[in-house]
Amino acid sequence: MVDAKIPTGKLSEKWTDYKGHCKLVNPANKRKLEIIVVGTGLAGASAAASLGELGYQVKAFCFQDSPRRAHSIAAQGGINAAKNYQNDGDSIYRLFYDTIKGGDYRAREANVHRLAEVSANIIDQCVAQGVPFAREYGGLLSNRSFGGTQVQRTFYAAGQTGQQLLIGAYQALERQISLGNVKMFTRHEMHDLVIIDEKAKGIIARDLITGKLEKHSGHAVLLCTGGYGNVFYLSTNAMGSNVTAAWKAHKKGAYFGNPCFTQIHPTCIPVSGDHQSKLTLMSESLRNDGRIWVPKQKADERKSVDIPENERDYYLERRYPAFGNLVPRDVASRAAKERCDAGFGVGTSKQAVYLDFAAAIKRYGKIEAGKLALENSTDETIIKLGKEVVKEKYGNLFDMYEKITGENPYELPMRIYPAVHYTMGGLWVDYELMTNVKGLYCLGEANFSDHGANRLGASALMQGLADGYFVIPYTVGNYLADEIGTTNISVNHPAFEEAEKKVAERIQKLMEIKGTQSVESFHKRLGKIMWDKCGMARNATGLKEAIIEIQQLKKEFWQQVRILGSINEMNPELDKAGRVADFIELGELMCIDALNRAESCGGHFREESQTDDGEALRHDDKFMYVANWEYKGNHHWEMQKEDLNYEVVKPSQRSYK
Amino acid sequence: MEHKSINLKLKIWRQSNSQTSGSFKTYTVNDVSTEMSFLEMIDVLNEKLISEGSEPIAFDHDCREGICGACSMYINGRPHGPMNETTTCQLHMRAFNDGETIVIEPWRANAFTVLKDLVVDRSSFDRIIQAGGFISVNTGNAVDANSLPIEKSKADASFAAAACIGCGACVAACKNSSAMLFVSAKVTHLALLPQGSPERKIRALNMVAQMDKEGFGSCTNTGACEAICPKGISIENIARLNKEYLMAGLTSEK
Repeated sequence: MVDAKIPTGKLSEKWTDYKGHCKLVNPANKRKLEIIVVGTGLAGASAAASLGELGYQVKAFCFQDSPRRAHSIAAQGGINAAKNYQNDGDSIYRLFYDTIKGGDYRAREANVHRLAEVSANIIDQCVAQGVPFAREYGGLLSNRSFGGTQVQRTFYAAGQTGQQLLIGAYQALERQISLGNVKMFTRHEMHDLVIIDEKAKGIIARDLITGKLEKHSGHAVLLCTGGYGNVFYLSTNAMGSNVTAAWKAHKKGAYFGNPCFTQIHPTCIPVSGDHQSKLTLMSESLRNDGRIWVPKQKADERKSVDIPENERDYYLERRYPAFGNLVPRDVASRAAKERCDAGFGVGTSKQAVYLDFAAAIKRYGKIEAGKLALENSTDETIIKLGKEVVKEKYGNLFDMYEKITGENPYELPMRIYPAVHYTMGGLWVDYELMTNVKGLYCLGEANFSDHGANRLGASALMQGLADGYFVIPYTVGNYLADEIGTTNISVNHPAFEEAEKKVAERIQKLMEIKGTQSVESFHKRLGKIMWDKCGMARNATGLKEAIIEIQQLKKEFWQQVRILGSINEMNPELDKAGRVADFIELGELMCIDALNRAESCGGHFREESQTDDGEALRHDDKFMYVANWEYKGNHHWEMQKEDLNYEVVKPSQRSYK
Repeated sequence: MEHKSINLKLKIWRQSNSQTSGSFKTYTVNDVSTEMSFLEMIDVLNEKLISEGSEPIAFDHDCREGICGACSMYINGRPHGPMNETTTCQLHMRAFNDGETIVIEPWRANAFTVLKDLVVDRSSFDRIIQAGGFISVNTGNAVDANSLPIEKSKADASFAAAACIGCGACVAACKNSSAMLFVSAKVTHLALLPQGSPERKIRALNMVAQMDKEGFGSCTNTGACEAICPKGISIENIARLNKEYLMAGLTSEK
């Protein structure tokens, strides 16, 4: 049984108590302690900056050419916080409760409550840094709704919230770099974790410009390396997003928690052909005003605008009257798949549904006409005014849709379909965000902790920044206070030499295969297996087949992959090969985990486990635990359970009806 | 949307590393779907090159949805290609015609060294931010976010400037390789907010000094930067930077 080291006491007081009693490191000692931060998205940049401010010596690494390009930047819709600025009944408890319920009762109560507690501080911090959130005319902050909640607690900056938050954290990080507290290594990739005396003491990194390996030591290592959705090949992740750092740590002993928990986001632009390299999200915020529908008639070939109102099936509003178009992501995605599988899909591929703004445009237009006291205004005027409001709210998203599809969403409904977006699983961490490897921490999307089996919209940004700004500065001190006696860690220690040698050998081996198939072709094949058999719906037969197919794919990869160029130069194909090799191994583990969890919960839908009306059916008696997988050598894993105890919330069948 | 297949000739800059000189190489790609993005078209070419045993083309790219700012190439002499307010990754092949020749080059500027093929070093932008592109506030010091109302028009203008993605197209478009649009966008973003006000003088002075040190050229107000900026950052920001810089120079106590 795994111990999450959750503090005792009342749920609402745990974090305050922890902060009051954790060990501290005095300023003189902080200067002697080095912390390695891998990844500089919201979690990594906020952690590196905050730890630098505290006086630690920080070394930060990212594979991009600048920390400002981490994929947090692409988050569109917003960030949740229990501020209750709208006076609509929000509170820390409600944010906590919504997150636990949204996660289908597979997250740890204590972590989620802490997340809700610090959420308000995040907004304060970001505003102080100059993050230009949307404001009302009175000068105060504006909020909007997101799926799975009935209050307006989402703060946003048009459709570029992630960009603005990341730039805030990036600027704080660059400030610490200029002050000499953080040393930044861009275009560097972590290739292994170094463990000495059972504690994480450093990493092996590769300079992606020269191809040279480097040894870096530290008193603690923080992995803030994001999610692994690219295991599906097509996802909304950036092309470079990868699992490599987390996977190397996993192979060195860190448990991987709930790897099968994947979020399939309901509103993405559909696949247009075999050339597709990635999928683009259309923010969930669009579901505030957009109505989702398909024709009532199967295989209806009419144009969307020619289908009259009474022949449209607004299936979310029909099935879930209480939440309507704002049901959580997992529910919305499955409902779209259900309609398309049943033959009601639209567009050339028939793998799409409509997201329609015509009603919102009219509604806003009427309000504007009222404001301007335009009595008896024509439909044309109302629509014109309404379009302006919609443009103000979602303009950049509409532009993006038009650029990609060549269609004007102000005139025609958008076509959308679910796509892989976020991974709730990740390295297992305890209450202090430490993995089971001492001194190795994992923050943000890379860890498994706060979202259970399904993440609510606008909660990823919240978690990344909570971990980096407000949690790790306390918890890492609690560990480092006992490490002040460890002075300089030599990178000539045999553990460093050994790890570096192994990394070099693996790279050499990849280059020597000289096969016939490109890295990309293997990645596509892996993605297809994962999407078909470990995607939106899973069953035991498919998962068993997938495991065998992935094992076969791995064998073929190591015999057939072709990587051109050489090692000691910039070689993006070689970088990608290392990442795809890790994705293949992860894919196998995801299928093993999905097979083990013979229940449906959140984003994990096992066809064998559903209610009569097709909703996910949990089995709390058997599966109310975190499935942590310990690596035991090629194709072998052992499960270490962490039981989830609900002290405050009473798990029930989730209902949004 | 109707899609068709087109055939293209590509002239692409190839360069092994920053120490060697490069040259254009010509390639053909056939059966390009007009639904493809520009980078997906290069993916197709790269797969073809790999199958033929020649090294694929290196280029910076990551999010492929127009926000990370990684992609950076001239397409027929214009940064990010023919469409206004569109990054290379969001450019789709329906913008091109069958039989067309497309010339593809990396950013050209003294401050942006070519690292390989289409990849350049833009770390100078990070160093400019290090010189002052931030508000000096440590984590934990913040007051309640609504304690300081900000006029909506100012907040909106600040946001419009903060939308810069740091891609470097403004420098690439400028005949002087000036980074004024980039620097002015950051100075404007922070100067318009009350939180950024205490440091606005020193920020303008230090960021401009670092920009000069990195080897970017001077601004002669041609407006090329604004015309090609994929995020529509306005040249008004440059006027504001000039004002901020002048005021800081006249009134700064340092």
